[in-house]
Amino acid sequence: MRDYAVFLWRCFRLSFVGDWRYGAWMLTLTAIALLGLNAYCRQLVFGLATTGMTDQVSWGLYIANFTFLVGMAAAAVMLVIPVYIYRNKELHDLVIFGELAAVSFIIMCLLFVTVDLGRPDRMHHLFLRFNFPLSMLTWDVIVLNGYLLLNLHICGYLIYCAYRKREPRKALFVVPFVLIAIVWAVSIHTVTAFLYVGLGARPFWNSAIIAPRFLASAFAAGPAFIVLALQVIRRFTDYDVPSKALMTLRQIILVALTINVFLLMSEVFTEFYADTAHSASTHYLFFGIGENRALVPWIWTSLGMTAAALLILYLPLARSLRYLNIACVLIIIGVWIEKGMGLIVPAFIPTPIGEIVEYRPTINEILVCLGIWAAGILLFTISVRITIPVLSGRLTIDHPYATEPDTETESNGSPRATALAFERSTS
Amino acid sequence: MRIFDSSQSKCSHGECSSACSGPGPHRLGSTRRSFLRKGAAAIGGMAALVGALSPLRELDESDLGSVEKFIQKHYKEMDGEEMRQALERISREVEKRYDLRPDIRDVRPMDGVEFVYALNLSRCIGCRKCVYACVEENSQSREPEIQYIRVVEMPRGTLDIEKGNHHYDRPTVPDSEHYYMPIQCHQCAKPPCVKVCPVGATWQEPDGITVIDYDWCIGCRYCEAACPYWARRFNFAEPKIPKEDINPRMSYLSNRPRHKGVMEKCHFCLHRTRVGELPACLEVCPTGARKFGNVLDPRSEVSEILKTKRVFVLKEEAGTLPRFFYYFDERHPRSDGDREAAAPGREATA
Repeated sequence: MRDYAVFLWRCFRLSFVGDWRYGAWMLTLTAIALLGLNAYCRQLVFGLATTGMTDQVSWGLYIANFTFLVGMAAAAVMLVIPVYIYRNKELHDLVIFGELAAVSFIIMCLLFVTVDLGRPDRMHHLFLRFNFPLSMLTWDVIVLNGYLLLNLHICGYLIYCAYRKREPRKALFVVPFVLIAIVWAVSIHTVTAFLYVGLGARPFWNSAIIAPRFLASAFAAGPAFIVLALQVIRRFTDYDVPSKALMTLRQIILVALTINVFLLMSEVFTEFYADTAHSASTHYLFFGIGENRALVPWIWTSLGMTAAALLILYLPLARSLRYLNIACVLIIIGVWIEKGMGLIVPAFIPTPIGEIVEYRPTINEILVCLGIWAAGILLFTISVRITIPVLSGRLTIDHPYATEPDTETESNGSPRATALAFERSTS
Repeated sequence: MRIFDSSQSKCSHGECSSACSGPGPHRLGSTRRSFLRKGAAAIGGMAALVGALSPLRELDESDLGSVEKFIQKHYKEMDGEEMRQALERISREVEKRYDLRPDIRDVRPMDGVEFVYALNLSRCIGCRKCVYACVEENSQSREPEIQYIRVVEMPRGTLDIEKGNHHYDRPTVPDSEHYYMPIQCHQCAKPPCVKVCPVGATWQEPDGITVIDYDWCIGCRYCEAACPYWARRFNFAEPKIPKEDINPRMSYLSNRPRHKGVMEKCHFCLHRTRVGELPACLEVCPTGARKFGNVLDPRSEVSEILKTKRVFVLKEEAGTLPRFFYYFDERHPRSDGDREAAAPGREATA
């Protein structure tokens, strides 16, 4: 127990250590997070009137970001499936980064839901009177928190074992949880989709294709984020990230994005060919209704980005890592628009009784969103910052601070040994 | 290009890079410098945090809540004594805020009663008197404006509400080219809003009225997304109502003052209707377009309307079984004889 406290304290200390670029990055993120906190305090005082939401469009950026991030969190598992089901060797050492990303994303999800609440002071009512299983929101509370705990356990256990230089008892404490996490990752996404799909009042959401599309777009955007994160890790640390692993991820992204585009086309065809009265929201999204066309530039930007990314990925070009990076950025932004603004907001326009009121987020609302993003990325940076020296054997119970490679741990410091150390800790 | 590789931390103290080397004890100056630097960073960090939290100073006293309010149970779990205390607390709050002693009660449903509303579209002239009577009766927020009833001006020849105009502004109504359709909570028998609430803060009462415990709602607005009739309203800001406009006659589940961050909606004026009176929107209607009553009583006016008029519900396909019916007057009510005359074919085959 005492050892564990010391471990946490060392991790805390370590998160402050780095060169000026690391310091500047962390300082910037902290500053943005504090600005967000400030904006949220203003929202607490003056109510949700500080946002652009209205009775007509009662969910906005917060729920849009929440929806997108659930997908990002679920996608971490796309690293796990190749490793544990298809025995892919390249990705093996990188699984932990997927899990770390999942933890950060889920925490961001929970923050986004919390800031959307009118009465966060009454959160404990969830424990006192839980409308389960009728309300899909209660399902979401269970699956999101469960997924958070699962991933915290897997990462925490592996890292702590490496720190204690203990052999992790994989069969008992890792593999079963990883297998549960795979199913669970699909569930968090499906349940979140059902949150919307189950509402008969909103024809835009009331479509069976939403859940599969959620999964497809998440399995493109999530690994795209992981690719970018791995590129950063590769560039700025000595942790070994094989190019082959990135190419495997590229393939996953390619397949998922293709399926996503196919499902999107199916949906667009259904809406526009039949052209029933229920297509009003889709019309609004793609072409606007009369003078009201706030979302039109957004959705076409998103479609353009997705198309460009798909093109890059299908060309041999993307075997060059730089083009892969570009494609990943395009996918993340494209999916963020499509699944955030493009999925949540149009469902409210027009209202069920035909009124058209557009949604424009306020500065305060945007600041809160940026703050949560900064806090989440801060968390992810710290977790990666701690994980790398631990897994490469430079921070262990005997070596309180990351030691130099030229001491007795030299063999542990080299990239090869890093991989070996991780191999030890995970297999 | 190593941002945080090991060479940055030569000494065992982690954060001092080149100033000292090796795992031995620090030189005194270095320790003091590092201590001062750390202290300055910590103070700067705390100052930034305090600055970020500073808007909280403007929190209203009523926002902070009290232990009493925090531990107050859900409506359905309160016993008589607990309800009495809750009502007493609300009275005190109202008195403090609006300078009046309210007559607040917990009005329960009557046995053998199921309320139903019927609205005669041939008679409605779109004057919106019902909208404002409702605002006054239920002490709805004037700023930002909250109204439970929305009157839609519909072009003749369609029942599609998406073709209606919500913001018509004419010197006189009715306009001969249009008819008017007031929409409020339909008090569905299968309410989607109740189903989705994660904390059970909204439910259907035995007399068919869907109510909200304003002290239990967490303000997630899932019910607002689920309602096919756009009947629910959210308090995006603390409601502002002039003191003289507060209706002193209140009940726990209906028109007592709401706070920011919770939902509210039409409750068929249950503090009136459960003691035998009529809803405010009906009483004010100048044309008698609105009819209200107990559908379980076969002699009630609404029972008679459901039996004899050709009524319809809005968005029947939503499957929520509304208790709010619309009908048009028939210019020539058809007797049985008329019906036979209108269908000569049937007579021939008989």
